[in-house]
Amino acid sequence: MTYFLQLVISGLVVGSIYALAALGFVLIYKSSRVINFAHGQFIAVGAFVVYALVAYLGVNVWLALLLSLVSTALLGFLVEKLFLKPLVGQPIISVIMVTIGLASLIDGLVHLTPLGGGNFSLPKFLPEGGIAFLGVSVSYPQVLAVFLTAVFLLAFGWFFQRSTLGAAMRAVADDQMAAMSLGVSVEHVFALAWAAAGITAAAAGFIVGTISGINLEGLVAIGLRVFPVVILGGLDSIPGAVIGGIIIGVLENLATGYLDPLVPGGGTSEVFPFLVLLLVLWFKPHGLFGTEEIERV
Amino acid sequence: MPGERPTRPEDLGEIVLEVNNIEVVYHDVIQVLRGVSLKVPKGRITALLGPNGAGKTTTLRAISGLLKPEYGKVTDGRIVYEGRDLANRGPEEIVRMGIVQVPEGRHVFKHLTVEENLRVGLYIHQGRNAREEIERIYHYFPRLRDLRNKLAGYTSGGEQQMLAIGRALMARPRLLLLDEPSLGLAPLLVREIFAIVERINAEEGVSVLVVEQNAAIALKAAHYGYIMEQGRIVLEGTAEYLEKNPDVSEFYLGVAKGGGRKSFREVKAYRRRKRFM
Repeated sequence: MTYFLQLVISGLVVGSIYALAALGFVLIYKSSRVINFAHGQFIAVGAFVVYALVAYLGVNVWLALLLSLVSTALLGFLVEKLFLKPLVGQPIISVIMVTIGLASLIDGLVHLTPLGGGNFSLPKFLPEGGIAFLGVSVSYPQVLAVFLTAVFLLAFGWFFQRSTLGAAMRAVADDQMAAMSLGVSVEHVFALAWAAAGITAAAAGFIVGTISGINLEGLVAIGLRVFPVVILGGLDSIPGAVIGGIIIGVLENLATGYLDPLVPGGGTSEVFPFLVLLLVLWFKPHGLFGTEEIERV
Repeated sequence: MPGERPTRPEDLGEIVLEVNNIEVVYHDVIQVLRGVSLKVPKGRITALLGPNGAGKTTTLRAISGLLKPEYGKVTDGRIVYEGRDLANRGPEEIVRMGIVQVPEGRHVFKHLTVEENLRVGLYIHQGRNAREEIERIYHYFPRLRDLRNKLAGYTSGGEQQMLAIGRALMARPRLLLLDEPSLGLAPLLVREIFAIVERINAEEGVSVLVVEQNAAIALKAAHYGYIMEQGRIVLEGTAEYLEKNPDVSEFYLGVAKGGGRKSFREVKAYRRRKRFM
């Protein structure tokens, strides 16, 4: 039982990273139908900004996190203004190709810095050890990961449910022309969605940095991990991104814990979540929470 | 009525919007409007009537700035609102200037609740108290209050039309553009909706320009009307004048010259013989 709980808890931690990463991805898809292939790079930029500020400039970790959130928000905003705005009205596939190009560009730029190769880790800023919970020990970085994820999800949840701007962003996703008829600036909303995606990506990158360490390939790989998560949750659902992220995270850990010993060579955590994904899509092709078109009879 | 000077829109009130000889082209090649001119008097309801494809919706979109997303452009003429030219400005700017269009076919935000739909209407006035503004809309559309937490996509056509109008009112327009509010609704509901529009017009002093195919109901509510065919205005006058005009009765109200109703075939034959142009 303790073993199971231990697996579930570390699954929750990984899952909350996926949830944060997926949230940004869904925000962009939901408002503009663009699939952002550069999302992993956003996560990497977020993590590296924190690392560079802390390691080279000696900035306080929390201040570095804040600055990183601001800079990725700015990055998202600029990407939208520079690369995507000129493509408004073009086929969506062109826009998606641009995000692939953008991914290569950011990759290349990171490689130009000393951070491109190798592993880095943030200096320890949390006390050693952790808290014991039902016989399971949870380290402080893991607690922080779950806590930060919860804070971000609640903040975004509040923003989308309660604020006029949040409602306007969902309105643009729903019916662009009608939103425009009310004076909503679609351009502004797109830029905001990209900025928000940048923020969540940086938060995810920071959490990865505190738990495991920072490595370009590893961070970019999380951007790809987002795909099964959002497909499971439903591409355009914010709660779906969160729940999908947590499910995939937990399944990966359970697979590692229970299935790996049975399979020579192991590695079931790479496969098992996808099997579950296929099964879910069989019955729910829009994902768990994806919107099905409302048809009034 | 010979000898009598016809009433002009200026006689009904100060002109808030003047569309002057505009031409509109879609996709750079398809010309839809060929010199449309009309005037909307302040604080009045003006109707723009005509058959399918006459260019009524295009005229509204030219005013509200919603031509752009449809790849349309005003290529000639002027649209003057409160002394400023509107032609080819974007919808955001025009909404902020006080003109809001309720699009044809409602276009409510299906996956948002009724109240969230209203909330989006507050986008340009985010500083205002949302609760008060929403209550103001519920005052005109009490039915929306009962539906506040329901997803708009699951409400009936009439409720969606009310929501679309309510949502537009949240932006506090001084000129409201309505595109076919009667579309696909039962006659009783259409009457209810027009009654509310008349009330809003009277109580808030909002000027209204309504596009309709249902001429009978629109002329009952309107003070002034224009009739449009094939991209041109072919007839205009006060609502009473248009209701009494034999050609209008013939074409749009389905009433024969000698009184009583006429069959569609006869109307079509009559139309071929007599065109407004």
